[in-house]
Amino acid sequence: MIGSRRQILVRKMLVWIALILGACFAGLPVLWMVSSSFKSNLEIFAYPPALIDDSFSFDAYLAVLSDPGQLRFFFNSYLVAILVTICTVVTSILAGYAFSRYDFRFKRILNLLIIGVQSVPPITLMIPYFGLIVWLRIYNSYTALVLTYMVFTLSYAIIMMTGYFNTLPRDLDEAVMIDGGGSFVTLWRILVPISLPGIVAVGVYTFMLAWNEFLFALTLTRTNDMRTVPIGIHLLMGQHSFEWNQMLALSVLGSLPVLVLFLLFQRYFIAGMSAGSIKG
Amino acid sequence: MFQATQGEISQRAVIRRQQLKRRLLPYGYLTPTLLLLAALTVVPIVTVFLYSLVDNVIVNPNPPVFVGLENYEEVLSNRKFRGALSNTMYFSLVSVAAHFFIGLSFALLLNSRLLSTNVKAVFRVIYILPWVFTASIIAILWRLLLNPHGVVNFVLLEFGIIPELNEWLSDRKLALNAVTFINIWSGYPFYLVSFLAGLQGIPDDLYEAGRVDGGNAWQLFLHITLPQLKPIIISLALLDFIWTIHQFTLIWMTTGGGPLRSTEVLSTYTYKAAFSSHEYSIASTIAMVILAICTFVAIFYVRSQRMADE
Repeated sequence: MIGSRRQILVRKMLVWIALILGACFAGLPVLWMVSSSFKSNLEIFAYPPALIDDSFSFDAYLAVLSDPGQLRFFFNSYLVAILVTICTVVTSILAGYAFSRYDFRFKRILNLLIIGVQSVPPITLMIPYFGLIVWLRIYNSYTALVLTYMVFTLSYAIIMMTGYFNTLPRDLDEAVMIDGGGSFVTLWRILVPISLPGIVAVGVYTFMLAWNEFLFALTLTRTNDMRTVPIGIHLLMGQHSFEWNQMLALSVLGSLPVLVLFLLFQRYFIAGMSAGSIKG
Repeated sequence: MFQATQGEISQRAVIRRQQLKRRLLPYGYLTPTLLLLAALTVVPIVTVFLYSLVDNVIVNPNPPVFVGLENYEEVLSNRKFRGALSNTMYFSLVSVAAHFFIGLSFALLLNSRLLSTNVKAVFRVIYILPWVFTASIIAILWRLLLNPHGVVNFVLLEFGIIPELNEWLSDRKLALNAVTFINIWSGYPFYLVSFLAGLQGIPDDLYEAGRVDGGNAWQLFLHITLPQLKPIIISLALLDFIWTIHQFTLIWMTTGGGPLRSTEVLSTYTYKAAFSSHEYSIASTIAMVILAICTFVAIFYVRSQRMADE
């Protein structure tokens, strides 16, 4: 009995050691980034390194926040990500409804097509997009970014939404139909309100993807007033003098929206992810 | 009598119209999706395929010339292409294997019955942390840490693990492993989250039965946990493999494919061919090869998804 209690204690200690080692692997790099963003640019690579040193200040953050050019990156990122999220959520609700509640001739093949889109490499689409976007006269515009981002947010969003609708009993919508409600009324009044967790999951997922997108933002915009946060960081890196602390401050500020969304909605998000794509 | 028939006819017409409406309705709901995918997926893929069959496209003043598969011969026999292909495969396979191993270990750890719910909740957030950062920020973060005068070199040197300061990202022998490591760090949380959900879906009865049969922890893991997670493992690994083959930003912003092409992957190679050298035909050809590889993997992915559906 004593032996087994000691065994449990030893096991518990091993679990804790592994837990803390894992947390160092995941968390220390992030901690170092945050602490470095409060250092002066000269102290970033000081020897020996210190987590917090005498140069601690908010200067880098003030520099980023007082620069209209860099604030513009944030405005652009928010605008594009929110537009993409709204468009993706609405489109995926409609498509998910069709896949979940109707049988139609090309259902199987369309479903395969939508799953398949996830595997199309963005770099493959890059070259024709460039020509297409210029031809449509939307080069260097928000429209170009919103439309192209949706190609990559939509397929996963539809899979997630279909999966969520599939978990809801069909009796619900059939009851409304018998009461004389049309198909769209059923979707809008019944399914959408009770699918809120699924919709939130789709929305958070889409916002994260759109906020993080790099390749299309790099190639489909030209002027600095159209650049998003990831490209803004890229531009700072390309400058002659490396303003490390400013780049890091911009990075921390640029990560906050996703971090906050994730912390707020992680329960929905994780549940939605597992309901949607990967069925165990 | 006459009236009844007419009523019947009109009723039948109404029913037929309703049936037609019901048949067309799903297509109505799918219209926005289909329009977008047709315009921004199907048309571009056809375009890029056509580009790969001709010379002199887009910026060249000469008219395009049809060359058949010559571009493919040129690309496939090119040493730079082969280097990029082998780098991509190394980068992707090592990343997927490590993602799986780390993701599963962390998920099992967070699922341990020896920990309280609150402890689990806190560590779960820490473990998922790398996921919230976008690739360009991850690139900055690791360029800071892996800088020759950075903290990683300092720690490794202090503990005597390395004899001298390493130029992790600009040493030809180290760079590919360094970017692979960065990708491993940034990508495992996706597995962790999926495995956590999967582990919670395994009924306790299975473990009870296994314990009654005298199984130890390792046997339970091998004969219950792993088989139960198998569908998740397969679709995750395939999806991740495809995504890693796509990876552009991380490599573009850490090494840009250098030094001396030692971290050149297919996507950075394509980007340079298109937007630095303006060889759009060659770039399109490489892009088609990447698409072919991804489609090949995707077939297995779609199959695994369909198996899970049934």
